[in-house]
Amino acid sequence: MADAGMLRFHVPEPEVRPGGTPDFSNVPIPKAGSVPRPEISVDPRTIRDHAFSIIRVLNRTGEAVGPWAGLLSSDELLAGLRHMMTLRTFDARMQMAQRQGKTSFYMQNLGEEAVSCAFRKALAPGDMNFPTYRQAGLLIADGYPMVTMMNQIYSNEADPLKGRQLPIMYSSKEHGFFSISGNLATQYIQAVGWAMASAISNDSKIAAAWIGDGSTAESDFHSALVFASTYKAPVVLNVVNNQWAISTFQGIARGGSGTFAARGLGFGIPSLRVDGNDYLAVHAVAKWAAERARSNLGPTLVEYVTYRAGAHSSSDDPSAYRPKTESDAWPLGDPIVRLKNHLIALGVWSEERHTQAEAEILDTVITAQKEAESHGTLHAGGKPSTRDMFEGLYAEMPPHLRRQRQQAGV
Amino acid sequence: MPRRTMIEAIRDAMDVSMARDSKVVVYGEDVGFFGGVFRCTQGLQAKYGKSRCFDAPISESGIVGSAIGMAAYGLKPCVEIQFADYMYPAYDQLTQEAARLRYRSNGDFTCPIVVRMPTGGGIFGGQTHSQSPEALFTHVSGLKTVVPSNPHDAKGLLIAAIEDPDPVIFLEPKRLYNGPFDGHHDRPVTPWSKNALGEVADGHYTVPLGKAAIRRPGSAITVLAYGTMVYVAQAAAEETGIDAEIIDLRTLLPLDLDSIVASVKKTGRCVIVHEATLTSGFGAELSALVQENCFYHLEAPVTRVAGWDTPYPHAQEWDYFPGPARVGRALIETMEA
Repeated sequence: MADAGMLRFHVPEPEVRPGGTPDFSNVPIPKAGSVPRPEISVDPRTIRDHAFSIIRVLNRTGEAVGPWAGLLSSDELLAGLRHMMTLRTFDARMQMAQRQGKTSFYMQNLGEEAVSCAFRKALAPGDMNFPTYRQAGLLIADGYPMVTMMNQIYSNEADPLKGRQLPIMYSSKEHGFFSISGNLATQYIQAVGWAMASAISNDSKIAAAWIGDGSTAESDFHSALVFASTYKAPVVLNVVNNQWAISTFQGIARGGSGTFAARGLGFGIPSLRVDGNDYLAVHAVAKWAAERARSNLGPTLVEYVTYRAGAHSSSDDPSAYRPKTESDAWPLGDPIVRLKNHLIALGVWSEERHTQAEAEILDTVITAQKEAESHGTLHAGGKPSTRDMFEGLYAEMPPHLRRQRQQAGV
Repeated sequence: MPRRTMIEAIRDAMDVSMARDSKVVVYGEDVGFFGGVFRCTQGLQAKYGKSRCFDAPISESGIVGSAIGMAAYGLKPCVEIQFADYMYPAYDQLTQEAARLRYRSNGDFTCPIVVRMPTGGGIFGGQTHSQSPEALFTHVSGLKTVVPSNPHDAKGLLIAAIEDPDPVIFLEPKRLYNGPFDGHHDRPVTPWSKNALGEVADGHYTVPLGKAAIRRPGSAITVLAYGTMVYVAQAAAEETGIDAEIIDLRTLLPLDLDSIVASVKKTGRCVIVHEATLTSGFGAELSALVQENCFYHLEAPVTRVAGWDTPYPHAQEWDYFPGPARVGRALIETMEA
């Protein structure tokens, strides 16, 4: 019999708050290799379970197992490891630079390196990502110069964005990286539009949309799924579920749907969940989704199950809302450690080489940092001009802005 | 020269643009097979195919958001928002995305889109089919805002907007679609076929953005107007016998300040007319600019005639609408001041 008493308001709560013992026992982790790999032409209705499972390739002993394994050579995996290690070192140096007052703001990718680094390798030249602020690995893995990223972070005289954008809101058309807005979710439907344009133009390029678990609550997420589904747009719809939207646990955005991937099912979009801390699994699923898009089979929704090991941003203190040890308890481990162990198991890597690589990478990042700092930091040295503030809003500066620029004395 | 309605002129502008440039695509709610609720896109899908003119889901943020992505790819989308009153879900995409993409990426990505939307009242559309939200666009850095007042301009301005490298809001006064409505709602409207401004040349031409037009030369007082209010002002000038110089702004941003200043310095008086609500309306900006640039030439306070600061009512439409009687009173008072 249903409870017909006084109505009660429901507000979901995470399992544990600061002071408690982290507990992820309610997060079912399927065995690596246990989720089938369907043909890309599969009828989405027959793989609904993929939206509730987790595709994993690396098992606990570092072996790559199951139907999603075997796509990458050891050289490609070694390159992937280097990309993730570079991103982590880059983050550490830039976080420190922010603390030293060399810039106003920073956002780390800590713990989520596999998602963007592996995804990038599933795309082809000319494809376009519409990223959020936590996919710097797309640039690192594509060989975008670290110095240029740092120049942007420092808003210095060599900043390609002329000091107009918050740190880490990069833009590089050449590297398939759409200008980051700083708004949330707006880019999701834009990615679908870009993909529609590619199809309208009978091109072969595809788009990748990116969003976090929290921002899936925005209406732009819904409109993106409607448009992608309606026009069968060649787009990969990525949801990075890192468990936390600043201080808000993912249950607030997810509601009763069980998983974020399940959001795609009502749109008839094949929807898969993948272990976001497993470089091989991320790459394999991304490749599957990209092939579908490129084969006129339409969009795929992919939820990357991961954990934001760091703070939301340099302005955030996670100890105020989650246990400090929660990151260590996260059942999917650390993406760098897991790939390292796999490469050691393959016999192509060792602890010694790893330590040596860490030192080399740190050296490379510091060299880049020194070069960037020679062009200035936010409050010292070379910086974009006041004139740059007025330029580039329109292709041709309208009269009212010309007058204001004159008033400003530049 | 052929005479066309404003609807036909707008359709012709898209037709000409789509024929010249395969990158131009047109979509929106009911825009494809049916040709739009006001029929502005009628026949375009049959002529150019479903890839270039198609129906969109009822999602204004989706329409504008996808258009931004298409523009970033390299297409030139010209999308329709069915009524300007429906644009609010797309406002985030317009103001924080379309408007700033060139600036924030330092030209790495640009956003050459046109967002067409019927604006203004006078059709008993009530509060959700009558609004004039132009000031919400002119307040945004990075957008251009255009309001044509006749078929000739509508075609030339729309082609210019489509060819513009930046995002343009194109507000179509729906009460002018079929004729130059002057606010006398109890009289039949003269169709565009009987008006010289209904003459619309075939083929390609542009009317440049940022240039106003003097609709009625005069020496006694300057009237700044756009859209439907151009004809209301003309009626008011004729009925009061005041020798008003009526300036049709055509583009609100960029604004043709030079034409405004030259006229007000000549007449020494200025009345600003718009259908949108008064407070923080575009007339406030115009009034400030006139004061800043023409203060020592002014013989009287600058006056605004606008929609009352209420939602657009249904039954009281003609009490709300700033018609020729109200504009005429403002002309007389400003002349007597």
